[in-house]
Order: sequence, then C-alpha cells, then structure tokens
Amino acid sequence: MACAAQAQDASKEIQRYRQMIAEGSPAELFELEGEALWKKPQGPKNASLEKCDLGRGPGVLKGAYARLPRYFKDADRVMDLETRLLYCMTTLQGRSREDATKRVFGTADQPSEMESLSAYIAARSRGTKLDPGISHPKEKESYELGRALYFHRAGAWDFSCASCHGEEGKRIRMQDLPVLYKPEFARPVMASWPAYRLSTSGFITLQWRMNDCYRQMRTPEPTFGSETTVALIHFLTVTARGETYHGPGNKR
Amino acid sequence: MRGIALFSALIALQASADPTSPEVQKVMQRDFHPRGQATMERLAQDGVQRVCTETRDRPPAEVAKALEADQMKTITYPQGSLMGDWKRGETIAQSGRGLTWNDKAGEAGGGSCYNCHELSPQEFSHGTIGPSLRGFGKTRGAGADLQRYVYGKIYNAKAYNLCSQMPRLGLSGTLTPEQIKDLVALLLDPASPVNQ
Repeated sequence: MACAAQAQDASKEIQRYRQMIAEGSPAELFELEGEALWKKPQGPKNASLEKCDLGRGPGVLKGAYARLPRYFKDADRVMDLETRLLYCMTTLQGRSREDATKRVFGTADQPSEMESLSAYIAARSRGTKLDPGISHPKEKESYELGRALYFHRAGAWDFSCASCHGEEGKRIRMQDLPVLYKPEFARPVMASWPAYRLSTSGFITLQWRMNDCYRQMRTPEPTFGSETTVALIHFLTVTARGETYHGPGNKR
Repeated sequence: MRGIALFSALIALQASADPTSPEVQKVMQRDFHPRGQATMERLAQDGVQRVCTETRDRPPAEVAKALEADQMKTITYPQGSLMGDWKRGETIAQSGRGLTWNDKAGEAGGGSCYNCHELSPQEFSHGTIGPSLRGFGKTRGAGADLQRYVYGKIYNAKAYNLCSQMPRLGLSGTLTPEQIKDLVALLLDPASPVNQ
C-alpha cells in the first residue's frame, strides 16, 4: 500500500515538474543571455551581431532559424545556424576563427556564447514551419552528402548513424532511439532542437549533438561547422520539413 | 579477378545520386581532426565497413561469405580455458568506456554490453539493439565449442554476421583477451546471474 502510494506521489511529482518546465523552461534563461550577446559589441571591430544576415536579411530573426540550413551566397556554402553565427563573428566582429571557436560547447556553470545565441535565435522561430533550403545545387549536394554520411560506417567500432538510429523500437539502455531518416521520427526531434538538458543543466545545440555522436562512434573529432556536420543537420532538417518549430525543447 | 567482379556488383547496387563511400571518406578526412587516442586512421574504411555501407548492411551472400571467412582468420584464441570470472565480466558488461577521444589511451575499456543487450535480470536498464542474452548458457550449456563461439563472437562479431552492428571488441583493441574470457563466463558460467 505504502509502496503504491509512493509510486503515485512520484508520478504526480514528475507530472508537476514536466508541466512546470513546459510553462517556464530554463531555456528562457539562455535566450535572455543570448539576446544580450547578440547586441553586445565584441571583437577587433567592436561590433555586435545585430547586422548578421541569417538568410532573411541583416538582423531579421523572426522565422530565420526554421529556414536553416541553407545556401549563403556571400560564403558560397550551405550553413546551419551555428556555422552562420561563426561566419558573422569573423566577418562583422573581425574575430579570428580560433577565438570564436575556442569554447563552442559549454558547461552548466559556464554556457558557451554559441549555445546562448542559438537559444535566443531558435526561439524566434517558434510557430514557423521547418523549411530548409533544398533548391540550390549546393543545397542538394549537402543533403545528399548528409544522407550518405548517415549510412556511412567508419571508426573503431564500425558504426554509422543508422547503427543506432536505423531500426524502429530500439533502445540504448533505457533511451528510445528515433529512426531519423524517416520523416515521422525526424519531425518531432528536429522541431525541438536546440534544447535545455535536464541531466547536465546545460543547453545543447545540434553541432554538439553531431560532435557527441561521433565521439561515441569512436571516430576522430568532426570540426565545428564543417561540411560534414552541416550536411548531417541539413539531411535531418530536410527529412523533418513541414513540421512546426516549437523549441528550444527540453531533453533528458 | 573474383574481387573485381564482386566490387563491380557492389557499385551497381548503389542506387541514388549520393556520393560513394570513397567520396564520403575523402570529405571526412578533410572535416575531422585527431583528438586524444582517436586518430585519423580510424576514418579509413576497411572492406567490411565499405561493403556494409554500400549495401546498406545487406551484402550479397557470396560477398558476405568470403569476407566473413577473412574476418574469422583475425580471431586468436588464448591457451587453456576460455572461462574467466563472471563477476569481473558483469563489471565489464556494464562499462561503456574505451577508445573515445576522451578516454585515456591504454586504460581498461568496457564491453558496452548492456547498451544493447539484456543480460542479468537484476539490470533493468538494458538496450534492445542486440538480442536478449538472458539465460544464454542455461539452455546451451558451457561446453568447449560454445566457449570458443562466444569468445570468437565477442572478439570479432563480423566473422559470424558481416554487417552486424556489434563492434569487433577484440580486434579493435577495446577488450583484452582476459576481459573477453570474463564475458564468456558471464554468459556461460552456471553461477552467473545471466543464467539464474
């Protein structure tokens, strides 16, 4: 009896907690920090990022994240949000790539600039349908590379993305594994990244997700903002296109 | 000659406009950098990885048979009994460490077994990518042939099923022969919780 009551209490508590974070996600704190960083003059040019063009014109944030990744003519390549932010940090603020990527993945105590900016900018796409670029030849090339990478087996343990995310109804330990090359799985996942992570009290981005998957695949490290990481994010987002963005989300 | 014929058959299997696996490998060589013990050589696909990539893990039977036979030759068995200590085996099965860029080189790794398999009934938190191994030895016994099979399968799973998702834990240097023997005991020892 006592045990059943306790279990019910625990489940009520979890429900209450879920509701609490849905109403006021800790992601909002990162959004606020991101807004301050967006407007803060930095680098040798002492400029803010407010003139950064995320694809909808300089400084336009509304709905911009939901249309990424896409091809940018000025850089002549496909970029995701983080890669584009890095581009703006080097061009507008005059910072070196080395300086701007010194600490792209943060900790609970000290979130990274990239994480806070991602939270702020992604939140400005809430309610917008995911609509990444897929018409430019370089966008097609990037999507196809992403799909090939998803099934490409490499590394000390012979894994591809599909080794874990290839079959329906599978788990690693207790973690359910979405089959991300199928739209019905990619849609809810891509509509909620980047996200606040409960287990580390930190904020995680898609560049971090690609990086940490490859770490567990026992490969060397993919470079931040590289074509490989962008192509994978592009492939996943195109697979999820049409879904209404509702992030930043909450992850375990 | 046979190799060339097999190779052409594989190329024909690639259906889409997607880049080929050598092209993908080239992109990765450019986009990755070594970190810790995770060196760039790890991006060079061997025959198994390449065939499994190009056939989406469904290699033609003839190709699979030939490559599995090659993989079988990589397995070396230690002298004497292959049964170690199931208690140490349980610890190894629980650990997911080893070979990542933030694991220390040379430090004992784990088998990551519970990530994908059910083993001891006491451990609820197990994955389902691989089959359940609960009661594995109970129905099969613990004979010398079975010990040899289990040891070989852990050492190099690709010798038995070419495009298995299971890492080649001995061949890749993740587990030592001693550790594999402990896992053999975890699966086969009648006293192991797996067989209770």
